[in-house]
Amino acid sequence: MTVLSSRRMISPAMKRARRRENISAYIFMAPSLLFFLGFVIFPMGMCLVTSFFNYTMTDFSFIGLKNYVEMFQDAIFGKALVNTIVIVVVSVPVTCLFSLWVASLIYKMRNFSTSFFRCVFYLPVVTGSVAVTVVWKWIFNNYYGVLNYLCRSLGLISRNINWLGNAQYALACIITILLTTSVGQPIVLYVSALSNVDHSLIEAASVDGATNTQVFWKIKWPQIMPTTLYILVITTINSFQCFALIQLLTSGGPNNSTQTIMYYIYYNAFKLSRYGYGSAMGIILAVIIALFSALQFKLAKTDNG
Amino acid sequence: MQATAKAPRRIKEKQDNTDHSVHRVTPYIVIGITILIIITILFIFPLYWIITGSFKTQQAVNSAVPVWFPTGDTVTLRNYTELFSRPALTWLLNTVVICAAAMGLTCISASMAGYALAKKRFAGRGLLFSIFVCAMALPKQVILIPLLKEMAFLNLHNTLWAVILPTVGWPFGVFLMKQFSESIPGSLLEAARIDGAGEARTFIEIVIPLIKPGIGALAIFTFITAWNDYFLQLIMLNDTRILTISLGIAKLQTELSTDFGLIMAGAALGSIPIIIIFLIFQKFFTRGITMGAVKG
Repeated sequence: MTVLSSRRMISPAMKRARRRENISAYIFMAPSLLFFLGFVIFPMGMCLVTSFFNYTMTDFSFIGLKNYVEMFQDAIFGKALVNTIVIVVVSVPVTCLFSLWVASLIYKMRNFSTSFFRCVFYLPVVTGSVAVTVVWKWIFNNYYGVLNYLCRSLGLISRNINWLGNAQYALACIITILLTTSVGQPIVLYVSALSNVDHSLIEAASVDGATNTQVFWKIKWPQIMPTTLYILVITTINSFQCFALIQLLTSGGPNNSTQTIMYYIYYNAFKLSRYGYGSAMGIILAVIIALFSALQFKLAKTDNG
Repeated sequence: MQATAKAPRRIKEKQDNTDHSVHRVTPYIVIGITILIIITILFIFPLYWIITGSFKTQQAVNSAVPVWFPTGDTVTLRNYTELFSRPALTWLLNTVVICAAAMGLTCISASMAGYALAKKRFAGRGLLFSIFVCAMALPKQVILIPLLKEMAFLNLHNTLWAVILPTVGWPFGVFLMKQFSESIPGSLLEAARIDGAGEARTFIEIVIPLIKPGIGALAIFTFITAWNDYFLQLIMLNDTRILTISLGIAKLQTELSTDFGLIMAGAALGSIPIIIIFLIFQKFFTRGITMGAVKG
C-alpha cells in the first residue's frame, strides 16, 4: 500500500520524510538549544535591553541612550578603553609571533620533545588564572619578591621597585603575565598547522635552491594563514577580556593605570550595582571585538591575494 | 579536512621532517634552542615557586633573599594544616562537582546537536549553525550581568547550577562535535536505517562509537575550562559555604595578602589536580583544540 502510494505521489511521501527528518533533527538539537537559548542568547538580548535602562538596586526606568552618552563622557572609561587597546595591540602580535617562533622550532623535534614543550607552554593556562596570578603577585612583591632580588643582584636596579604599585610599570607587568597565559593554545595550533604543510612543495622548492626563509614565506606562511587568522581572533578576544589578572593584582590601580573595560564593567555592575551602565559598556565591548575580528579577516584576505 | 584522513599523513611527514633536522644543525637552530630552553625555565618557574613556596616557613617566604629550595628549618607543613583548617576540601569538591556535571551535560547535548548539524538536512540548519559560530566570537563575560539576574530569578544564585548551566550553554562544544561528526560515513547511517534501526539506536550504536575521540576531547576541554572559569564563579557564588577552589584562593589572598606560604598551598591545591588531569589526557586535549580551529 505505502509503496504504491509513494510511487504514485512522490511529493507527499517526500514531504513526510522531510518532516520526519526535521522533527528528529530538532529532537537531537533540543537539549543543546535549550541551554544555548536559555543561558547565552536570552542573556545577550537582555544585556542589549538593559543597556537602555537606568537599572540599579532601586530603580528600573527607561532612559534611552543616556548610558551610552555617559560612557563617552566618562574619563575613567576612556582610560580603560585606551589601556585595553594597549594590551591588545601589544599582546596579540607578540603572542602570535612568539608562538609561531616556538612552534617552528619544536614541530620538527621527536614526538616526546614536541609534547614536552607544548605542555610547558600550556602549563600556565591549565594552572588557572587565579593560581598563576597569586604567584606572580608574590614574584612582583616590593619586599619579598624574587624579581626585585634578581634585578638587584644583576645590578639592573639600585632600589626595590614596587612593580604593581607603580603606574609606570603596572600595565607592563599585567601584559607580561597575560602573555605567559596566552601562548599555550596558539603554539598547539601552529605545531599542528606546520606539520600539515604540504611536504612535496617544500621538497620541490629546496631542490630548486630556495633558502629556508624563502620556503617559509612563500610556502609555509600562506598554508598556515587560516590558523594565523584563527589565532589572531581568539587572542584578541582573550586580551579584550583580561579580567582575573586585573582584579587580583591591581584592581585597576594605581590611579586607574591598569583599568580595563572588562574590569570597569565588573566594578560598575557588581560593586556599584549599576547594571544598566555595565550592560551598555558590555555592548560597546562586544561591538569593538566584532570590529577587530572583522578587520583581521579583511586584512588576512587581502594579504592572501 | 577530516581528522581521520589527516592523522596518518601527519605521522609520515613528521618522520621526514625529523630526518631533515638531523642533517641540518645550523647555528640559528642552536641559538634558537638555547633561548627556548631559557624561556621554558621561565614558564615552569611560577609552578615551581607555587609548590616549593607552599612548603616554606613564613620566615623563608618573607625573607629578602629568596630561599630557592626549602630544606632543613625552612621546611614546614604548617601552610597545609592551616589550609585544611579552612573548608578547602569542600572548595575542591564543589569545583569537581561543577566540572563533572558541566562535562557530562556538555558531552551529551553537544554530541547530539553536532551530529544533527553535520548529518541531517533540516529547515533552519544553516541559520542555527551561523548563530552558534557568531555567538562563540562574542565575549562571554559580557552576558554575566543579565545571567546573574536570570539565576536569581530561577532561584539558582549561589548554587552550583548557576555555574554549570551557562558552561553547558556555551556553543564551542556543538561546534567541535559537528567537526567530528562530519567524518561519519553517510552509508553507515543509511545501512542502519535500512536495517530498521530507529534514530536513537542509530545514534547510540553507530554515531557514538565513531565520534568517541571527539567526545573525549570535548570532555577534557570542558573540564579544564570549567575548572578555571574564575569570573563566572566569582559572580555566581558568593556564599562562603559554596566557594570553588579558585574563589577560595582569591579569598585567602584578599584576607591574608602577604602570608604567601598559605596562599601558595591554596594555589597548589587548586592547580596540581588539574595539571595531573591535563597531563594524563593531553593527547585528547590537543586534538580538541586543533579540531575546534579547523575552518570557522
